[in-house]
Amino acid sequence: MPWDASGTSDLIFSGWTNTGNFRYIGPSKAWAEKAPGRNTMRKTLLAASAALLLAAGPAAAQQKTIKIGFISTFSGPVAVIGNDMRNSFELALDHLGRKMGGIPVEVIYEDDGFKPEVGKQKTDKLIESDKVDFITGYIWSNVLLASLKSAVDAKTFLITANAGPSQLAGELCSPYVFSSSWNNDQTPQSVGMYMNQKNVKSVFLIGPNYAAGKDMLAGVASTFKGKVVGQELTKWPDQLDFSAELAKVKDAKPDAVFVFYPGRAGVQFLTQYAQAGLKGTIPLYTAFTIDELSLPLQKDLALGVPGAQQWVNDLPNDANKKFVAEYRKKYNSRPSFYGAQSYDAAMLINSAVVATKGNLSDKNAVRKALEKADFKSVRGGFKFGPNHVPIQNFYLQDVVKDGNEFVLKTTATIVKDFQDGHHTKCKMPAN
Amino acid sequence: MTLFIEQCLNGLQFGLLLFMLAAGLTLVFGIMDLVNLAHGSLYMIGAYFAATLTAWTGSFLLGVAMALVGTLLVGMVLEVVVMRRLYGRDHLDHVLATFGLILFFDETVRLIWGPAGLSLPLPSWLNAPVQILPGVYYSAYKLSIIIVSLAVAAGLYFLVMRTRVGMLIRAGASNREMVGALGVNIKLLYTLVFGLGAALAGLAGLMQAPILTVQIGMGEIIIILAFVITVIGGIGSIRGAFVAAIFVGLVDTLGRAFFPDLLRMVLSPAAASTAAPALSSMLIYLLMAIVLVLKPEGLFSAGNK
Repeated sequence: MPWDASGTSDLIFSGWTNTGNFRYIGPSKAWAEKAPGRNTMRKTLLAASAALLLAAGPAAAQQKTIKIGFISTFSGPVAVIGNDMRNSFELALDHLGRKMGGIPVEVIYEDDGFKPEVGKQKTDKLIESDKVDFITGYIWSNVLLASLKSAVDAKTFLITANAGPSQLAGELCSPYVFSSSWNNDQTPQSVGMYMNQKNVKSVFLIGPNYAAGKDMLAGVASTFKGKVVGQELTKWPDQLDFSAELAKVKDAKPDAVFVFYPGRAGVQFLTQYAQAGLKGTIPLYTAFTIDELSLPLQKDLALGVPGAQQWVNDLPNDANKKFVAEYRKKYNSRPSFYGAQSYDAAMLINSAVVATKGNLSDKNAVRKALEKADFKSVRGGFKFGPNHVPIQNFYLQDVVKDGNEFVLKTTATIVKDFQDGHHTKCKMPAN
Repeated sequence: MTLFIEQCLNGLQFGLLLFMLAAGLTLVFGIMDLVNLAHGSLYMIGAYFAATLTAWTGSFLLGVAMALVGTLLVGMVLEVVVMRRLYGRDHLDHVLATFGLILFFDETVRLIWGPAGLSLPLPSWLNAPVQILPGVYYSAYKLSIIIVSLAVAAGLYFLVMRTRVGMLIRAGASNREMVGALGVNIKLLYTLVFGLGAALAGLAGLMQAPILTVQIGMGEIIIILAFVITVIGGIGSIRGAFVAAIFVGLVDTLGRAFFPDLLRMVLSPAAASTAAPALSSMLIYLLMAIVLVLKPEGLFSAGNK
């Protein structure tokens, strides 16, 4: 066991609790005992399990546990998204009997705090000190882009369960990185196609100024055949007042407005859209702005606002029916697409562990197994393109009132077996 | 032209809202010499109270009135229980303690209301745009924020400049020791001022709530702007806070509105739309830097500190 490596990296990555202890760097075995702070408990447990592993002897080539690192946002105002992802991942593990290929699964959840630099630190920690076999989660494109290199360099398989920066589908594609979600611009591209069907002639685009926002707006513009009369990127994540942008929309008088605001910002945008008197005047089209997490706050403001999505809660396949019904039973709330993708991520990992019979040291075999995507996705069919981004259908979703509740419903299929446009830029190494 | 008028009104509304926050901050800072980072938490609490009480009573106005009283009480209790122990200590202690309070309030709110946040729906008479000039429509709610804030600013002016309590407040801002030495019950004054500041923060929070929704940590972003205003306006000066708040509100909104278009004239559209949000959010800090160079004490310094 490489004790030295773990001890050193531990000192570096949680440095502030340990700064006084640098003299301990060296052939120290007892790093768990000398690291005071809030991680002590888990470290002790980890050390204990590592010791057990050692006790089992070097003959144990087979894994004792499948370790999965899960990075998402579990604190602050967007923690609802992280919670939904964790709930769905846990539900998937329940459905798998908390084992993959007969081997117990251990998941380590880490909070990125909605910040790229924290996300990267946590990724490094999961890879270097927890030595996870898979790493998944990731809501935010900017967090994923910051963390990507660590996973790729360490040859740790990373399955993004939400974030889909376009670079990842193109020049940054990697044998070790897979997506159980989409590439950022696929969803807005389908919105653009839908606007063409609705004969929209001009559109005003609004989104946040970070990796995903730029991808989204570029996505709509690439498929929309009419004129883009205006485009505004707002400061992310702290600008929540859109009055200046909405005044410009009013002034530009477009046929339609396209908007991308995930999480709480989506609630604020719809509220302000109505207060500015634009709701009902200029039709609004969305991507990732209305979901089961924001809908209880958006309520009737979301009525009549269409969006595109690769998964909707009412998709009529058996895996999805089971997922939605049991989620609602276990958590007494409705799952969102974030959750559906996390559920799929768990099932995808499981398929690879089962196919390789738990022998995860053969990276090439694991990769081949993941590429097959041999699992029942809650979105129906699921297959990977050459860049490890799914080729999938996109549906039109609409908000309807069901008694006192507002729910999302599939109203049409916008595009079938849709592949992202960046895969041509991906030069995936054969091995 | 319509666009310009609307953007100016947006800026004015934002500025007046910031004034509500900054007024409380500058009072507490100026009179008690207390750095209160947790001022944003009181803003959040005002919003949570208003959302809960409006849903409970079914009336927006009643809910808002009760929320104001609630925030005032929370502020006064906070002063008696925590803040009182911090006077006369180092500013670093204030920062540490009130930062702890932010964490405490965020976690308390999470325990009581959950992480998802609340919405505060407006009554229909506030939710529609109104015609303010021929052909110019403006959100009725934003207009009412402007009116309420101006009324509060006038009320504050009257309170501070024309009443006995106000005289003590001004005296406290100029020389705290002397006010105490003259036999004024400085403890009671402190509790009152802190409660007043809390109520103002709560008012700002609940007025902003229908626009921005009620979320944990909602006060932490905006409080930075409130500090900037306190510094620009001069610590302890309500008049300074007023002028600086409107200035900052206008610079922020007009910067966001027109700076990208200006930038597009000199840069490529792609580069401009990426750089503009970052650059226009720097304008406020640029303004602060300029004011600090020209008048290190702020625009209207309350006294010799």
